[in-house]
Amino acid sequence: MLKVNDINVYYGAIHAIKGVSFEVNAGEVVTLIGANGAGKSTILNTVCGLLHSRTGSIEFLGKPLGGTPAHKIVEQGMAHVPEGRRIFLQMTVEENLEMGAYTQPRSTIDPNLERVYDQFPRLKERRKQIAGTLSGGEQQMLAMGRGLMSSPKLLMLDEPSMGLAPILVEQIFDIIRRLHEKGTTILLVEQNAQMALSVADRGYVLETGKIVATGTGQELLRNAAVKKAYLGG
Amino acid sequence: MSFLNNVITGISLGSIYAIIALGYTMVYGIAKMLNFAHGDVIMVGAYVCFFAMGSFNLPPVVGVLLAVVVCTVLGMVIERLAYKPLRAAPSLAVLITAIGVSYLLQNSAQILWGAATKTFRPIVEGSLTLVPGQLSVSYVAILSVVCCVVVMVGLTLFTGQTKMGKAMRACSEDKGAAQLMGIDVNATISMTFAIGSALAALAGVLMCSAYPVLSPTTGSMPGIRAFTAAVFGGIGSVPGALLGGILLGVIETFGKAYISTDLSDAVVFAVLIIVLLVRPAGLMGKYVPEKV
Repeated sequence: MLKVNDINVYYGAIHAIKGVSFEVNAGEVVTLIGANGAGKSTILNTVCGLLHSRTGSIEFLGKPLGGTPAHKIVEQGMAHVPEGRRIFLQMTVEENLEMGAYTQPRSTIDPNLERVYDQFPRLKERRKQIAGTLSGGEQQMLAMGRGLMSSPKLLMLDEPSMGLAPILVEQIFDIIRRLHEKGTTILLVEQNAQMALSVADRGYVLETGKIVATGTGQELLRNAAVKKAYLGG
Repeated sequence: MSFLNNVITGISLGSIYAIIALGYTMVYGIAKMLNFAHGDVIMVGAYVCFFAMGSFNLPPVVGVLLAVVVCTVLGMVIERLAYKPLRAAPSLAVLITAIGVSYLLQNSAQILWGAATKTFRPIVEGSLTLVPGQLSVSYVAILSVVCCVVVMVGLTLFTGQTKMGKAMRACSEDKGAAQLMGIDVNATISMTFAIGSALAALAGVLMCSAYPVLSPTTGSMPGIRAFTAAVFGGIGSVPGALLGGILLGVIETFGKAYISTDLSDAVVFAVLIIVLLVRPAGLMGKYVPEKV
């Protein structure tokens, strides 16, 4: 579904992503794990079109994305739930969700709203509330729900567990598992390697802009180097 | 009676300021820039209407519509040519460019239409007498207030109910996230300039109908006052622009009537300074701490 081939991303003179290649197949949950500053978010931002790679190529559903602006990529079926949630704090919960369906025809909005409210009953209770008044966990649910409003073929989640209490992290990962069971393809970026690998079919380990290890979730959980670096020995 | 007269004059003048201030505040909300050329778009609008009515003998309604169309296009062209290339530039560069555009418009007007002041024929004449010999309201004043109310209601419905309007609010909060929703941020900014400039044209015609002198610098002072009104009410806030505009108009009129005609601007700005000392974000603005 998504094929990233040898991308190099620069911030000015800084070479942030050095020849990264990976792929995500339909129905899979794939995770990119790595420490702070390894380049995880940079990769997602490049895939979704907010940043651009100098070389290499990105193919989504068999079509090259090179240079397509971010708002056009959404139309092709990619949803990106960005780091730090970035929900619209001054808009209501329902307006946030409507924005998630911006590229969708009017007729799909109501069924999609129903679907998202089914998955996140909490959001339904608070649909008229201003998003800024939600708790951190609710905001993350809203960000994910907003991503799902465009019925994406690929859902990219950037650190959904960031800043959440352990019990909420569990909840968020339960939701990811449920979405996976329903067949949603997910690219998950996480610092919480343990959790990420436990839900992922496959994973890639990123270190200072390079992929240093890859394998199934279980393989990486057992991998000595990964254990040492990310799982506390 | 003179007190009531002053209130009426203040509110109608304030309505015009509010319409102009809306342009400032919307553009600031979305593009995070102060468009100092906004006042000069007012002047262009007034000239277009002046020539449409004077040289081509078109009815006032057509004159106003022409002014709105010309300014809408002008606003979009200015944004495309002058501001869009600077989207990633520091805000000071954009600010200086805006001042440059302001001078460009003033000087172009001088070359095209001459520096001499022209007498603007009001789009509506006459007045409504409330108390014979003592209290009357000009139709222009009534029209200004009506326009202001219609514009405010229209904009509130637009930003609150329509998909486009909601997208505008999303852009004003977080352009990156808006893009991730599939919103074309550049098109949204362009549309904001279009709406702001259309309002400027309307305000220009109303302004010159109430105070019928027209010259290439006609727009600059009302522009600055309306900018003050926008800051006064809380820049970025639509109801703030209305409140700021009306208050500014009333304060200016009262300052002229009861303090001194020469000092009216000083009074206006003194009030602004006091308000900003007490409420730095303006009357209806939200104080948003800068994230570091």
